[in-house]
Amino acid sequence: MAIVKNDSVIEQEWITVDAEGGLPASDENLIVPLARFKDQRDDLIGRNGGLGVQLNPGDAPEDLADDLDRLSIITVNFPAYTDGRGYSYGRVLRERMGFKGELRAIGDVLRDQVLYMHRCGFDSYDLNVDDETALTKVRAALKEMSVYYQPTGDGRATAASLRDRRRVALD
Amino acid sequence: MYRYDDFDRQLVQERTEQFREQVKRRLAGDITEEQFRPLRLMNGVYLQLHAYMLRVAVPYGTLRADQLRELGGIARKYDKGYGHFTTRQNIQYNWPKLDEIPDALLDLANVEMHAIQTSGNCIRNTTTDQYAGAAADEIEDPRPYCELIRQWSTFHPEFTYLPRKFKIAVTGSPNDRAAVKVHDIGLRMHQNDAGETGFEVIVGGGLGRTPFVGKTVRDFIGKNDLFSYLEAILRVYNRFGRRDNKYKARIKILVHEEGVEEIQRLVEEEWAQIKDGSLRIGDDEIAQYIEQFAPPAFEPLSDDDADFERHKAENRGFSNWVRSNVIEHKQPGYAIASVSLKPIGGIPGDATDVQMELVADLSEKYSFSDVRVTHEQNLVLPHVKKADLFALWTELDKANLGTANLGYVTDIIACPGLDYCALATARSIPLSQRISERFGDLDRQHDIGELKIKISGCINACGHHHVGHIGILGLDKRGKEFYQITLGGDASENASIGKIVGAGFSEAEVVDAIESLVTKYIDIRDAGERFIDTYRRVGTDPFKEVLYGDR
Amino acid sequence: MSLQVVTANRLDDGLVVFLTADGGWSENIHDSRVADGKEAAAVLLKEASAPELDVVIVGPYLIDVEQGDGGLVPTKYREVLRTKGPSVREDLGYQAV
Repeated sequence: MAIVKNDSVIEQEWITVDAEGGLPASDENLIVPLARFKDQRDDLIGRNGGLGVQLNPGDAPEDLADDLDRLSIITVNFPAYTDGRGYSYGRVLRERMGFKGELRAIGDVLRDQVLYMHRCGFDSYDLNVDDETALTKVRAALKEMSVYYQPTGDGRATAASLRDRRRVALD
Repeated sequence: MYRYDDFDRQLVQERTEQFREQVKRRLAGDITEEQFRPLRLMNGVYLQLHAYMLRVAVPYGTLRADQLRELGGIARKYDKGYGHFTTRQNIQYNWPKLDEIPDALLDLANVEMHAIQTSGNCIRNTTTDQYAGAAADEIEDPRPYCELIRQWSTFHPEFTYLPRKFKIAVTGSPNDRAAVKVHDIGLRMHQNDAGETGFEVIVGGGLGRTPFVGKTVRDFIGKNDLFSYLEAILRVYNRFGRRDNKYKARIKILVHEEGVEEIQRLVEEEWAQIKDGSLRIGDDEIAQYIEQFAPPAFEPLSDDDADFERHKAENRGFSNWVRSNVIEHKQPGYAIASVSLKPIGGIPGDATDVQMELVADLSEKYSFSDVRVTHEQNLVLPHVKKADLFALWTELDKANLGTANLGYVTDIIACPGLDYCALATARSIPLSQRISERFGDLDRQHDIGELKIKISGCINACGHHHVGHIGILGLDKRGKEFYQITLGGDASENASIGKIVGAGFSEAEVVDAIESLVTKYIDIRDAGERFIDTYRRVGTDPFKEVLYGDR
Repeated sequence: MSLQVVTANRLDDGLVVFLTADGGWSENIHDSRVADGKEAAAVLLKEASAPELDVVIVGPYLIDVEQGDGGLVPTKYREVLRTKGPSVREDLGYQAV
């Protein structure tokens, strides 16, 4: 397992817990599934460590609307790469709800989906390969294409905006 | 016609290189078939019964002469000298080698074509009226919007792993030739009370194992808002469409289970939040795309051409062809000419390399280098001078492309069926050939009039059998092919799903069964009634009786 | 008594192939190794599904065959077509050679 963020491999600094079971010490950084967050919200935000939430397919990112600034990280689970719901969650969190923390893709994260994830607002990728391979893959994936038709929140200029710019320059 | 600029060109080239790398990684064993499969599908590469199949996109069914010529060249260079035009206005090659496909894609890229998103659970090639920009009944040319949809949907990062495939069709005419009501999204251009042109938005139509006629979610969306509205629908579908069962994953099931009112509520709620965002397109941008599809340099002509009339009077073959295959153009003195890919007894939708090159040449000579592919698996030369029709037909006829049967009983839609397709349960093509031969006599076809027979070789309904006036579904019954007949389907603006008329027929019986249905129709029709009209008037019973008697 | 053979498509050109006695892949069904009975068939499929074959063939599976006069013939028409080619184009596929 290797997590790639900002063009480097980063340490896993978070403990992810299941829907049930005990919680680690209060000063540990903790990621809980959305359902558990909704259940135990007051206890969880009273802890000392960092707090994050994991979204699974079928969850509503809108449920986090009041708590986004308490969350340092949101992980979005892709149980199979073919389940594309997480892409919508990414865009809703970033573009609509204005989430500024780390947005990490977890689960079945493969090289050939990384660019799409990036375009939907993800900034870290948890790949099931060794560090060096993960970094190589993410780097290759992110520069594979250079033309984008859709405006998304990743800030890459779209073909339409570049065409506009060119027209203005020519006028 | 739309020309790529350097952005489009670069995108397709990068994609071609990306796929070349993916193929290399696959052949080297760096990725497994399981990982590679969705990547090849996203590039139009299937594994079929006998070999790989490459499906090339023909965006909104529009081809330039050089593109069609290249399609012919690819058939010769990478395949076995032919291609198959499909109900999605695309073309399929049946024998390419995996290690050569990247080269074929490069050749395609050089003529501004690609195979992007011709498969996979993404937004597929957008289809439209094959007569766009030429039809006399058109409100507005839909192609500029189709091109904008093509760009918006190409590598859409959010909608590349949808619950299931997603098909959009657009019609710019009240006479729907694009079957928009049986698409995931159908867009029908019309004018609102204020006199603005926009789109009625229809969702949740579709064929397959659970056919539905789509429902209107919005009567009118303005052009500037079209893309934010499409994005809202797709986001609702991506988030809420079923993923637990492949057969219930299309948006039609979501619409059916939740009800159109609920879908409408979700879409409107989503749209309200993005409608003023960056997907709103300005009039300037729309105007640039309209300009790309500006009419060709028509000559001012009289609508009457004496030579044309004379040839019609003198040559029966030509006048027959004009009667069935030529329709009115919006420009006086011009006509729209359909090139039938349904010769009597032939394979529906197949064209050889030489035929493709010939039609490309003829389009340069007679139709401003413009060729269309129809969802009924024919080709169209949309802008032919009436004065040139005779010369055109003469050349087509020499190449077995002059069959006069458009819309007739022998103009059959058929999927590749078990002869090629890994999913099929029965063959479609041999049946279409036998029906075609049975009704081959032209006077008889003309007497029968418009009759749309559509054949699918499995429940996935690629041959659109649900919307055939007579639909035929091929199934496997204990190892034998047998065929189920549906009646009363219609893909037009009066869309309806055909009803199963009764027990299926063996391969040996089915052509006779079709003939007895046609004979019954002839017996009971009122003057001027098409088969579908008679069926609607009398219902299923009289037809059931000729098929089953007292059974 | 049920006879089965393993078929697949070859990775590089996609053509139909059959698992042979020596563990190779042949375009001709008559070269295939025949399993008689469930157990033998399972062994055959397991061999064909070995991970290292993922770079040689795609999607191996068992098909029922019968011993005909001219050799092995699949029992299902779909598989008969795969040994020949499209019924509507006898000039193409293995039947053409």
